[in-house]
Amino acid sequence: MAFDIKINGTSHSVDVDGDTPLLWVLRDVLGMTGTKFGCGMALCGACTVHQDGTAIRSCITPIESVGTGEITTIEAVGQTEAGQKIQKAWLDVEVVQCGYCQSGQIMSASALLAGNPHPTDGDIDDAMSGNICRCGTYVRIREAIKQAAQPAATNERRG
Amino acid sequence: MILDRIFPAGDQNVSRRTVLSVGLAVGGGLLLGIGIPALVDEALAADDKSFSPNAFVRIDPDGQVTLIVCQVEMGQGTYTSMPMLIAEELGVDLAQVHVEHAPPDDKLYSNPLIGFQVTGGSTSVRGFWKPLRIAGAAARTMLVATAAQAWKVDAASCHVEKGTVIHAATGRRLAYGALVAQAAKQTPPTDVALKDPKDFTLVGKPVKRTDTADKVNGKAEYGIDVKIPGMKIATVAACPVIGGKLASVDDSKAKAVKGVREIVRLDNAVAVIADHMGAAKKGLEALVITWDGGANAKYSTADLVAQLADAAKKPGAVAQQDGDVGAAMAGAATKIEAVYEMPLLAHTTMEPMNCTVHVRADGCEIWVGTQVLSRAQATAAAVTGLPLDKVKVHNHLLGGGFGRRLDIDGVTQAVQIAKQVAYPVKVVWTREEDVQHDVYRPYYYDLLSAGLDGKGAPVAFSHRVVASSILARWAPPFFKNGLDIDAVDGAAGPYGVPNVLVDYVRQEPPAGLTTGWWRGVGVTHNAFMVEGFIDELAVAARQDPVAYRRALLDKNLRARGVLDLAADKAGWGKPLPGDVGRGVSLVFGFGTYIAQVAEVSVGKDGRVKVQRVVCAVDCGRQVNPDTIRAQMQGGVIYGLTAALYGEITLRDGRVEQGNFDSYPALRIDEAPTIEVHIVDSQEEPGGMGEPGTATIAPAVVNAVYALTGKRLRKLPIDTSQLKSA
Repeated sequence: MAFDIKINGTSHSVDVDGDTPLLWVLRDVLGMTGTKFGCGMALCGACTVHQDGTAIRSCITPIESVGTGEITTIEAVGQTEAGQKIQKAWLDVEVVQCGYCQSGQIMSASALLAGNPHPTDGDIDDAMSGNICRCGTYVRIREAIKQAAQPAATNERRG
Repeated sequence: MILDRIFPAGDQNVSRRTVLSVGLAVGGGLLLGIGIPALVDEALAADDKSFSPNAFVRIDPDGQVTLIVCQVEMGQGTYTSMPMLIAEELGVDLAQVHVEHAPPDDKLYSNPLIGFQVTGGSTSVRGFWKPLRIAGAAARTMLVATAAQAWKVDAASCHVEKGTVIHAATGRRLAYGALVAQAAKQTPPTDVALKDPKDFTLVGKPVKRTDTADKVNGKAEYGIDVKIPGMKIATVAACPVIGGKLASVDDSKAKAVKGVREIVRLDNAVAVIADHMGAAKKGLEALVITWDGGANAKYSTADLVAQLADAAKKPGAVAQQDGDVGAAMAGAATKIEAVYEMPLLAHTTMEPMNCTVHVRADGCEIWVGTQVLSRAQATAAAVTGLPLDKVKVHNHLLGGGFGRRLDIDGVTQAVQIAKQVAYPVKVVWTREEDVQHDVYRPYYYDLLSAGLDGKGAPVAFSHRVVASSILARWAPPFFKNGLDIDAVDGAAGPYGVPNVLVDYVRQEPPAGLTTGWWRGVGVTHNAFMVEGFIDELAVAARQDPVAYRRALLDKNLRARGVLDLAADKAGWGKPLPGDVGRGVSLVFGFGTYIAQVAEVSVGKDGRVKVQRVVCAVDCGRQVNPDTIRAQMQGGVIYGLTAALYGEITLRDGRVEQGNFDSYPALRIDEAPTIEVHIVDSQEEPGGMGEPGTATIAPAVVNAVYALTGKRLRKLPIDTSQLKSA
């Protein structure tokens, strides 16, 4: 049957089985391939998107459960304040290697920062330990989140 | 990998043997081809004696510089380091150099250190360090000469700056773009002067990677992201028993799944093709499949290990023989023997295996991220029966390589599937399929022995490596006289021991269990064996592990240098909290020297927590120091995952692991702090993609020993041996 979902502020109607994971609707039906497939079991976090600002794993989220929830993906997270800060910090700290997991990392980090402007190391562990990076960029992910969490004035001074 | 033994630290002959060609590019630009004759045994190289450029530099009339290079980007930073080399000598900003994926062609795009088109073995910077600089310098020379002729001035009175030739005396300036048409008519110089490294403005400075912007906003396109008009999505189940076949399949329920289009049968697998991966997976689950396990239906890891242990009883092909180990051992005051083992490993690249294929009557098109582009093309030609020039391969960014994408089994299978349908099909493996049908790092079963003199110094060292041969399968000409030169790479360690014997026994698992490259290859395996064992010798000699190693490095000063640096920065010898142990390891591989000191604690449940890793690296001259740091940090994490968790096991012929729950990867809350200290060196560049991975496991087991007195000779670390509660 058809489902009406709202992604990055735009409404879409998709005709798939209700148990189809949101991940495949995004990637294969709507062609939004920034959200990645890594495990299919919510074990690696590569597929992370936001539903009403909360980080969810789209690979285990049936399309029928989305309802009127507003989905934000990596393609639009830069339009949020936290997402923009995180993306900038990711570039400043030069986090990325192969980059495949980074969409999910950035979505998890953005949700963390939006809800917790000054996360501790423990907060970062809690929010980010669901995201695997096989290139091993964890040291820089932690550094980038801390940088993004600094007061805006400091960021401006850094240029 | 293998190359370290052939070209220990880059090759001085590269510049002498580099050949340049020049021509007019489509659109009126300057096209410069760089030909680097293979540095491997010429009989092994794909090349014949004709001129074969390995990379092309194109300068368009608008001044845009394009580098078409065979090396692929899988996170290691080649799309930044390669253009840096060109930009430095050409005299342009890095931002002016655009990188294009090279198409498949072993003749045009050969890796000079390996002999065909391949990205692996930490060879990119080592192989292209001189050729790309020569190309840049040659192009600069020609552009300056063209401008000087136009101005009727001496070329020596001109200089270049940001893509412009300048005659300072008269203030005249000409942008490269305006010069390319005339420059293309020149004969390329046969001898170009490279910049003195002290004048480098780009090489050696930390530079922002060129590929990151699109990797933080979802725009970067990996193989799995390809969108072709009319494309369908397929997912596959191959026989779960290694080497087994498909007996029969009932697909009636699968066909009823909304979105499922077709079911395709192969000899050993079934694929469900659908409108989207969700439907394909649902369809696959609805299949009722009967497999024919065949000869391996009862095979297990225990069989594999028993076969290796048995094979280890007889001498193998001799790889290294210094002095007389037998006599020295007979006269030794103390003799030590040990068996070290390392398990089969999967790669679990974050981007699962995938390949998109469109087979038509008159040709085949492939979209994939691979480390071996020309092999992808060749397998498609073989499966379809099409001539090579009718197979077009588009390369993409790789969501991790780690050696997995040095094999083309996934491409072969995707073409076999696509051949049966009329439309383009993207074949995507589930993570379970990815883990259960990997090309696994071999299981290594090694015997080490040493004889110490009265003072504890080693007078004899022998190392027998027992494993399957990757080289014999993957590059047969390199496998000679029963010796796999990768399997024994680093098997004697960097130490000066007077009597050394290294031999290799090849023992293959049954057909269907294929072994292949895994980050750090032979060096990673031998580092664990040798550095664990040398630690045992230090213990037997009642000496400090750093001091013991140091005493054996009189003739290996770069190795001693990184050992000293790591020990100093880690505070070696200074007190630690009682629940923390410290261990060291030292590795030479890929032309690079690395020492690491790990600090670990062990929980009551036996779980090892690595808290801090201090790395000292001497990789010769640096191209992008920030990438060196990144590769060291990432290499440690990749190696640590294997040390703590990595193990593929077989039962009833089936791989027992499936996803990240049963084949875990290190996560951020388990990641140690990692400090990287880089030696300022003027030596030829060494490789950086792999050595960081090789060094960590022995540092960790040595630290566990220091803390607990338990010597771990087998990976992954068995927590049950370390439980204290």
